[in-house]
Amino acid sequence: MADPIVSVRNVSRRYPGGVTAVDNVSVDIMPNEFFALLGPSGCGKTTLLRMISGLDTPSEGHIFIGGEDMALTPPNKRPTNMVFQSYAVFPHMTVAQNVAYGLKVTGVPADEIKRRVGEGLEQVKLSHLADRKPDQMSGGQRQRVALARALVKRPKVLLLDEPLSALDAKLRDDMRLELTRLQQEVGITFIIVTHDQDEALSMATRIAVMEKGAIRQLATPEELYEHPTSRFVADFIGKVNLFEADVVSQKGKALVCNAKGLGKMNLSSDRECGKQVTIAVRPEKLKLSKTSPKVDGLIKAEARVRDVAYYGDWSEVVVELANGQTVSVNVQNEKRDVNASVTRGEKTYVSWSPTDSLVLTE
Amino acid sequence: MATQMKPGVGPLEYGRRRWLQALFAVTLIVLYVPIFVLIAFSFNQQNRGGVWKGFTLENYPKAWQNQSIYDAMVNSLTIALVTTLIATVIGTMVAVMMWRFRFPLKPAYEAAMGLPIVIPEICMGVALLLFFNSTGLMGFFSAMVWPFNLSTIIIAHIAFCFPFVAIVVRSRLVGFNKQLEEASRDLGANEWQTFWQVLVPYMKPGIIAGALLAFTLSLDDFVITFFTAGPETVTFPVKIYSMVKTGVKYEVNAASTILILITILATVLAMKLQAPEKSGH
Repeated sequence: MADPIVSVRNVSRRYPGGVTAVDNVSVDIMPNEFFALLGPSGCGKTTLLRMISGLDTPSEGHIFIGGEDMALTPPNKRPTNMVFQSYAVFPHMTVAQNVAYGLKVTGVPADEIKRRVGEGLEQVKLSHLADRKPDQMSGGQRQRVALARALVKRPKVLLLDEPLSALDAKLRDDMRLELTRLQQEVGITFIIVTHDQDEALSMATRIAVMEKGAIRQLATPEELYEHPTSRFVADFIGKVNLFEADVVSQKGKALVCNAKGLGKMNLSSDRECGKQVTIAVRPEKLKLSKTSPKVDGLIKAEARVRDVAYYGDWSEVVVELANGQTVSVNVQNEKRDVNASVTRGEKTYVSWSPTDSLVLTE
Repeated sequence: MATQMKPGVGPLEYGRRRWLQALFAVTLIVLYVPIFVLIAFSFNQQNRGGVWKGFTLENYPKAWQNQSIYDAMVNSLTIALVTTLIATVIGTMVAVMMWRFRFPLKPAYEAAMGLPIVIPEICMGVALLLFFNSTGLMGFFSAMVWPFNLSTIIIAHIAFCFPFVAIVVRSRLVGFNKQLEEASRDLGANEWQTFWQVLVPYMKPGIIAGALLAFTLSLDDFVITFFTAGPETVTFPVKIYSMVKTGVKYEVNAASTILILITILATVLAMKLQAPEKSGH
């Protein structure tokens, strides 16, 4: 396996006044990865990114980039460049001057600057706006300036701090594809900070989910979605139905639980479960049927439809179990039959395969 | 009870309210008629006495040729230019320091920096005079050759001008996005480059506005100058004062008109540069 391009070793960041933004985090980021730091606001993801860029300093621990300890390297000497949340495009410079800035201050020869700025603007499709001032541009265009400005420096690692949060929905989708394209094109490591799970899932090759200054789980998007290891991750990534359950018995992997509102069920778990577990099921794994399903081994329960939200290609149906717990079910609207959909108040059966349930212990 | 408004008169239609118009007219008259009279009489043929004898431009070359007025004007402009230069540098540095750093007793320091704006000029004038006399600086400087014999005035002017620069630049800095500075560092610039290529261009409108403010303040200052000038030194406002005591000659009007023009020009420029920019960030 290749050496990591960024290696964060036991890094903490404490602020005076007792606030710990990042708490003993270690993570290795591989070359050419599109790595996402995902978490709610205040989880320390931006602080971690800023420490990698050198704009913030760890209280403890070390950060290695390309194998070198960065402890004494100021931000202007690091092989990283950042795309800021506010873009931070210099207002008194034209687009071309903005893109040239990082090369100019480090003494790159003028003819090379010209060539690289041209290429950089080409890359983000802004060549026609080279002489514009930023205040004559849209948010999406300024974002591209910020990207080009960072990319012409040819960093080993490009850091992106919530790059899409200030854009409107349509632009955000375009930019998402654009970023993925750019990353494959230039072949450098991208580290993106985001609070938006869709952003992380759709772009990243690996995601670190952070909470309270620590990484809760580090995995590929599919792994995170289908095999979250904690309630927090299951709940943060996508929608999930959670059921509290008592453990009746566990023999190796075979686990028998008694879940409230669902009764006894046979599940499997790799780990020692203790007395209490949470059973998590994604809404799209659930099925609704008008009669009790006849297939053996399904987990099933009688329910009443409480709410239906119709989205065209799919509907979100919220049903209520006998004990009052609500469960979300995603139903694909596969048939062109307007009357096939469920209606509020209707009696229904909800069911799913035990292999689609997850047993969470924390 | 509802206010009694004539139908169709909105609350902001001040053009249709007689008493507002009257107030407006009185204000304008009190403020500007004396100035217009001063300017008008600078074109009067007769040299003194308040009677209009016909239009002439003669007073202007006369004022120019009057050696004492000329000297006073040169002194005033020299003082204003040197003061502006130094006060702008000090004021900008104070503004950056108060914006960038946190240090103990900062509020007290900020208040102390703003104090010269509110201290009565007469107090400051007397205090500076006592200071220069008791330290022997007054004798030391006034024995020097021109322009160094203006030093006491220049020092005094810098002292009351730089807080104005600091306030103008500081208020400009409030809108500065600190990520711009971080972006500059991140792109490879050292702190020095960042200061000159990112922060200074951003402050520039504030610096220029502050400088022009300092220039006009210094140019027409009378009270503090009067106290801190050496025995031989005369500035333009002081010169006019001494001439008025012996009756106004119209060449004084001519010179004053030039001073008004310079001041208006500088003020208009300052206001233009201080106007909020249409930059979207």
